[in-house]
Amino acid sequence: MNTNESAISIRDVRKSFDGRDYVLNGINLEIEKGLITVIIGYSGTGKSVLLKHILGLLKPSSGSIRVFGQEITTMDREELTRFRQHYGMLFQYAALFDDMSALDNVMFPLREHRRDLSKAQMEEIARARLKEAGLDEKHYRKLPAEMSGGMRKRVGLARALALDPEILIYDEPTTGLDPVLTEMVDNLILSTHNLRKGTTSIIVSHDLHAAFRIADRVAMLDSGRVLLYGTPEDFLKSDIDLVKRFVAKGVRREVETATESGAREKS
Amino acid sequence: MSYAARREQINKLIDDGALWLWKWVHRFVRETGELCIFGYRAVVLFFRKPFRAEELINHMEFVGNKSLSIIFLSGLFTGLALAYQIYLGFKQVNMANMVGPVVALAIFRELGPVLTGLLVAARAGGAMAARIGTMRVTEQIDALEVIGVDPLQYLVSPRVWASVLMLPILTAFFDFIAIIGAWLITIKILEMDEAQFWDRISTWIYPYHIYEGLFKAAIFGLCFAVICTHRGYTTTGGAAGVGSSTNRGVVLSMVFIIILDFFVTNLINTFYAWKELLTR
Repeated sequence: MNTNESAISIRDVRKSFDGRDYVLNGINLEIEKGLITVIIGYSGTGKSVLLKHILGLLKPSSGSIRVFGQEITTMDREELTRFRQHYGMLFQYAALFDDMSALDNVMFPLREHRRDLSKAQMEEIARARLKEAGLDEKHYRKLPAEMSGGMRKRVGLARALALDPEILIYDEPTTGLDPVLTEMVDNLILSTHNLRKGTTSIIVSHDLHAAFRIADRVAMLDSGRVLLYGTPEDFLKSDIDLVKRFVAKGVRREVETATESGAREKS
Repeated sequence: MSYAARREQINKLIDDGALWLWKWVHRFVRETGELCIFGYRAVVLFFRKPFRAEELINHMEFVGNKSLSIIFLSGLFTGLALAYQIYLGFKQVNMANMVGPVVALAIFRELGPVLTGLLVAARAGGAMAARIGTMRVTEQIDALEVIGVDPLQYLVSPRVWASVLMLPILTAFFDFIAIIGAWLITIKILEMDEAQFWDRISTWIYPYHIYEGLFKAAIFGLCFAVICTHRGYTTTGGAAGVGSSTNRGVVLSMVFIIILDFFVTNLINTFYAWKELLTR
């Protein structure tokens, strides 16, 4: 699917924390509406900093970020707080509120922003989102400390979906997970995206395998700039040395993972 | 070593010392400024919609209700020990009948608010810094922001206001229990005259002595809550960072309470002096 309509437009964004070194050094990126865009890159290339800029958690030293045509870099704190209802985010470690059950975690955004709903209606929506994320009903009353990593990710995703956001952001969703769980999370992202037509998904990852499996577009960052932006096929065909090495490492890891899985199955 | 070389060495030492002092002052001013802005925002944001009444009540229960047992024990034994010490001293100059008012004055004006402030800062302040610090390092605060909830309004403001409101109540409870402790030892154990004990207290103690202590307690509540929540809010560096910010939050709160006590006492006395001068 290619809409060519931009959901997020990032122009010449530069960010320096100390006034000397630039973490983002002139980022230009158009994130297309309704597509899955994966932002990849080695550690320390500015992926997380870029993500925080998209969310409005950080302000750039210079440049412009437009989300659905609205400039977010000039918004004040209150405007940003309201604007963030467009976003849903799955954090690396889910970032669930540890004093709330799975159900309460998903109900939390509704309690904050949908005060027109009754408690029963909120619970109904929360249950639907948890079901969509694939969490078994017997876990709804569990606290995050009582859940496995995969269950937490599901609750995190359900919470991200609670307000029906137009933009879904995933921060390193598969980092630190085993191959089985990684595949589960990838499938979850794909099924969520397919179920919600028109939703723009942004995934920050250094997992090339996942990127190629689920991405419509891939953006690779290097030294605070976009090194290459295109389809997964564009990456395979690329002549850029750094891209070739990144792709080669990703393919090798994929082969190793497949070998490990095969050996485990045999044993 | 030649004179010139020695002089150069001394100059370098002075330069280094001045630079260190400048950096220290700069950091102190910056951090104090940040803390003041943080505290101001936390206080003001409470009155913005959506109002956090439920969180306020929960935190009042946490700061107040759950501190009652330690306040009770501390108050009781402070009253017992203080009255006994004062009795031993005053007996030597034949003024044992003044034990009641002296104990009451010390408790209402100083020991009540200061000890309550220190105890609650250690118990509730430490818990606030640890809780908010953990939320910071586990990205729960980022999650709040992404959900569109102002973490300062949701997490910090109710804790600050709960402390401001509960500290005077806890101090009043401390005062009451400490006086009971003083009464127990002087009347029931040392067998002094009970009527004289209460009569002297009512002669020498005025309501403003009690209000002064309660006012100071509210200031101490504001002080420790802002410091501890700020430490938690700015935590970095994982679990070790949470431990460190909790520790620093509690220590800083305690030191500030003691320093503030002196200045607030002076401020209140100046206020009363001016009031008296104007009403004459």
